[in-house]
Amino acid sequence: MAFFLETLFGGLMAGMLYSLVALGFVLIFKASGVFNFAQGAMVLVAALCMARFSEWIPLWTGLENKLLSNMLAFAVSVVFMFLLAWLIERLVLRHLVNQEGVTLLMATLGITYFIDGLGQTIFGSDIYKIDVGMPKDPMFVLESIFEGGVLINQEDVIAAVVAAVLVAALSLFFQKTGTGRALRAVADDHQAAQSIGIPLNRIWVIVWCVAGITALVAGIIWGSKLGVQFSLTTVALRALPVIILGGLTSVPGAIIGGLIIGVGEKLSEVYLGPMVGGGIEIWFAYMLALVFLLFRPQGLFGEKIIDRV
Amino acid sequence: MFYRENGQFKTSYRADQQIFAIAQDRWAILALIAFAALGVPFLADEYLFRAILIPFLILSLAALGVNILVGYCGQISLGSGAFMAVGAYMAYNTYIRVEGMPLIVALLAGGFFATLVGMFFGIPSLRVKGLYLAVATLAAQFFCDWAFLRVGWFTNNNASGSVSVSNLSVLGWNIDTPLQKYWFCLGFLVVFGLLAKNLVRSAIGREWMAIRDMDVAAAVIGIRPVYAKLSAFAVSAFIVGVAGALWGFVHLGAWEPAAFSIDRSFQLLFMVIIGGMGSIMGSFFGAAFIVVLPIFLNQFLPALGALAGVEISTATVAHAEAMIFGALIVWFLIVEPHGLAKLWSIGKQKLRLWPFPH
Repeated sequence: MAFFLETLFGGLMAGMLYSLVALGFVLIFKASGVFNFAQGAMVLVAALCMARFSEWIPLWTGLENKLLSNMLAFAVSVVFMFLLAWLIERLVLRHLVNQEGVTLLMATLGITYFIDGLGQTIFGSDIYKIDVGMPKDPMFVLESIFEGGVLINQEDVIAAVVAAVLVAALSLFFQKTGTGRALRAVADDHQAAQSIGIPLNRIWVIVWCVAGITALVAGIIWGSKLGVQFSLTTVALRALPVIILGGLTSVPGAIIGGLIIGVGEKLSEVYLGPMVGGGIEIWFAYMLALVFLLFRPQGLFGEKIIDRV
Repeated sequence: MFYRENGQFKTSYRADQQIFAIAQDRWAILALIAFAALGVPFLADEYLFRAILIPFLILSLAALGVNILVGYCGQISLGSGAFMAVGAYMAYNTYIRVEGMPLIVALLAGGFFATLVGMFFGIPSLRVKGLYLAVATLAAQFFCDWAFLRVGWFTNNNASGSVSVSNLSVLGWNIDTPLQKYWFCLGFLVVFGLLAKNLVRSAIGREWMAIRDMDVAAAVIGIRPVYAKLSAFAVSAFIVGVAGALWGFVHLGAWEPAAFSIDRSFQLLFMVIIGGMGSIMGSFFGAAFIVVLPIFLNQFLPALGALAGVEISTATVAHAEAMIFGALIVWFLIVEPHGLAKLWSIGKQKLRLWPFPH
């Protein structure tokens, strides 16, 4: 039982991290109808930027304080992601308004190649560390109920808390601020939003920027867990089943979907994996999402798809 | 003045319904095939065959298959790499497990099994569409990657998942020099190209296009979506599977699952989009572009660096290649979202009036 709970918690924590990446997808899809395949590349480049600047800033300025240099690196990374978002809007999206979904998807794939190349040209292509002072030690909880307790990674707990805070902040931003309202209006109907004077282009920059910052947070957490390296881009592929399970347009869907996928992956790997030879987690998530889609094509919380002739 | 159908009168239904209705088109295609079969061998050296021509032929066959699904039937698929893998591995298994199996039959058997897998993974298309479907087809990709790596039967219990074939021959005709491989692939491409060209203008091709343009409307006028969508998946997966078998048998000789990874799926989709969705001709243009571009960049960038007096390291070249490739793709999508085939048809339209435009 304790082992089951451990697996379950591990899955929930991993799921929280998936939903962080998935959030970036959902935000952009909601506001601009672009299925942003470049999210994985954005996670990588954000993490690279953070890792390198937290290394460079003490070197250049002689700053001793670790926290301060990390904060500075974070600020620089945010600026970097903003620039990236602005450039993408300016150079790509603006010219592709009203194109079909698949063309936009391909454009983001092109952006993926570009960002991958760019990031590694500027920041180098080795494996880097991000150290934001997350505690690495495992801890034991519920020792009173189970013998030996349940092992939980402190790092995971912090990551989950950060993810939860980010989600709460995003929902507040969407629900309470004027910009958030404008974002939702654009998501609802581009033309109607434009006709009441909402500047589409600025909204897109904002939403790509917000997605960039979620990518940064995801990149920092994943990066401090796994090290910052090229394989970080595959995290995006792991997050795809999350969004189709949760629905492409739903922020809560990304969270719940992430949790389901995370738990499903871990449980399947532990309990089903040995039967078929292991390594099944990557496709199991997709199959789970696929079976689910057969019954609910728009995902858990997606808007109902209505076809009109 | 020269390219127009004026004066070419058809006196029978047969003549009216042939694939290339304009005589100039017919002659151009025949000349092209003759040149590819007889002229190119005199012009190309071994490197050109190995690095460009053979990959181009096989990948245009695969792009043709993907174009039928994505371009004609409108079902976005990111699982094409998986169908190629199924084709290659099942052709391999048919080839080595059945005594005296002829090569061509083995390749077609690879296509047949790819068809089965394609139809299975096409089932979600009956419920979901568009981008949801694109993500759903990724399931095929990851499942196949896993299966060929972990299930020993497919790779004849080879631990690393890599397999190899050798001594290919068709009816006593050995296929081992690059030129023979080139001819072999060209034969496949011509046959499948003509078949596909014919198929997309038949009743079933029109059904696919109706489904692509508006599936609800198509269902209302009496087209069975299940039949149309699954047949598109089947035909597409068959062609892609045969291309995958050729890629493994003829081009690589020895391969492992990584040869058919998700990058391959993206590459095929790029070919279709850049070449032009819903155009047989476009598949060839797209394949040519995607095959040649990386090789060109690879040769060109160090030369450019040497010219500027800078030594460019291989890592930098690789990254710069990725950047230029990505940027070119985006640029292409912006300037010509309908692909190279659109430019081709504009050119043809101009040619009709040339040299006396109104």
